[in-house]
Amino acid sequence: MVNSHIKQVIYFSLFGMAAYFSVMALIFVLFYLILGGGSVISIKFLTSMWVHSDITKGGILPAIIGTLLLAFGVSVISIPIGICTAIYLNEYAKDNLFTRIIKLSIRNLAGVPSIVYGLFGLAFFVLLLNLGTSLIAASLTLGCTTLPWIITASEESLKSVPLSFREGSLALGATKWQTIRTNVLPHSLSGMLTGSILGISKAMGETAPIIMVGATFFLNHLPTSVFDKFMALPYHLFILATQHASPYARTYALGTALVLIALIFLMNLSIFIARYRIRKRKEW
Amino acid sequence: MGNSKNLKEKSIETFFSSVSIITLLVMIGIFVFLFITGIKAFSEVTFGDFFLKNIWNPNSYGKPQWGILSFFVGTLFVVIGSMAIAIPLGLASAIYISEIATPKAREIIKPVIEMIAAIPSVVLGLIGLLFLSPLIAKIFGLSSGLNALTASIIVGIMALPTIISICEDVITSLPKDFREASLALGATKWQTIRMTLMPAAMSGIMAAIMLGIGRAVGETMAVLMVAGNSIAMPHSFFDPVRPMTANIAIEIKEVVKGSTHYNSLFAIGLVLFIITFLVNLISDIIIENHTRKYRW
Repeated sequence: MVNSHIKQVIYFSLFGMAAYFSVMALIFVLFYLILGGGSVISIKFLTSMWVHSDITKGGILPAIIGTLLLAFGVSVISIPIGICTAIYLNEYAKDNLFTRIIKLSIRNLAGVPSIVYGLFGLAFFVLLLNLGTSLIAASLTLGCTTLPWIITASEESLKSVPLSFREGSLALGATKWQTIRTNVLPHSLSGMLTGSILGISKAMGETAPIIMVGATFFLNHLPTSVFDKFMALPYHLFILATQHASPYARTYALGTALVLIALIFLMNLSIFIARYRIRKRKEW
Repeated sequence: MGNSKNLKEKSIETFFSSVSIITLLVMIGIFVFLFITGIKAFSEVTFGDFFLKNIWNPNSYGKPQWGILSFFVGTLFVVIGSMAIAIPLGLASAIYISEIATPKAREIIKPVIEMIAAIPSVVLGLIGLLFLSPLIAKIFGLSSGLNALTASIIVGIMALPTIISICEDVITSLPKDFREASLALGATKWQTIRMTLMPAAMSGIMAAIMLGIGRAVGETMAVLMVAGNSIAMPHSFFDPVRPMTANIAIEIKEVVKGSTHYNSLFAIGLVLFIITFLVNLISDIIIENHTRKYRW
């Protein structure tokens, strides 16, 4: 009896250590980035153009703007498609072969490696549709990558609306679309959007696909059209860390990583706060 | 009046169902583009040479060679190594979160795990490159810490959130009766977890592991930065490796489109696609059986 109790204490503390390993890992990552790259963060670093000849002279403004433009492009492409697909699957779809095939492809798309999306984007958007390596090709490629995440998040939000909301409306004689428009979407749209934005924040860190379809390390102007190449934070830090000769390259890579992480975590944080507020408002 | 209303309803439904076909088209599109480009490689390379030879030498003047075996073994090393780290850590964390932790501890750990999932792989790769690989080199007395072990640790950390969150969902969703019945029979909490909850959650845990493997197979940036990228056949975890994903990322920028080299890289992409497709399918089937078996 005592023996089994001691065993339990040992196992449970091991499990606790495993769980807190993640906490430690996250704290370590943040501290490492702040200590290693914090010194390069300055107004100049964040707001001036990249100077190719001397990396200490310029800033990463074009990479920040490139990443934000990419995030915008991806949102425009994948959020409407994702939300409409989720509405279809959750509100209209019957349990038939068509629905099962759509659901199977969503689950599989979620598992396809991002580099494979890159190959697809290169063959289809860049070469076949002749969009070239460009902002639009990268947005379309990452739009495909994020689609399954956005659909899954949106479906969850739709599922959280109680069935009685729909039944009440239908019983009053409203049509299906009227029911969705007036009784389902108002309660789920904010959840769908916050879930989608989380997906977009993940896309902002994707590196492998954009190497092939549009990101470039150096551009002496900001992109002026969707057919321009663009600089992006993750690709920028990758090149700085692995292929740049300057002795400061690694410090600047860490600084760039810090900016990228800050951007992503800020988006996540605002979503957490928004969700908390939404949840507090809900009364069912 | 009634008719036009019906028409409107019908067209709205048709609109939503047509939009949802896009997902299917993307899925088919990816397969078709990888297939038609990748298959062309086999007009110049035999299947046997491609899959079973371990010499990859696209730029040789005499006779280029296209064997991907050492890349495949590289991927295998990283998958095995990362799972050896992520499965025990992930399962233990999931048990802690779902069964042992106080609600307050849970409120700290769960968002932390979501935040780890949000760290881009290129950032973890950077930390692997600047911090972990020198550390590994020092500990084991190696000339370079860029090897399969370092890559496994980084990829293991990346696969953790996937494994933890699915295992935790599965364990939490087990009915309360299971725990109560076992505790009422005098079992300790640990005995309840080990003998009642774990067997019931086993298939869900297997599904989580499959998805973790899928992530490890497809991971690109982190392995590109820390695995060492040597095209030689690895013999131990201290050897540098070049997994399949890394080889595509390294070479795709320099190839001439339509060349055998380009086609071969697509063929590697096709192999990756098929592996992740199968891994997902298996995990789907496991989950399906799990929910059918325990329909509480």
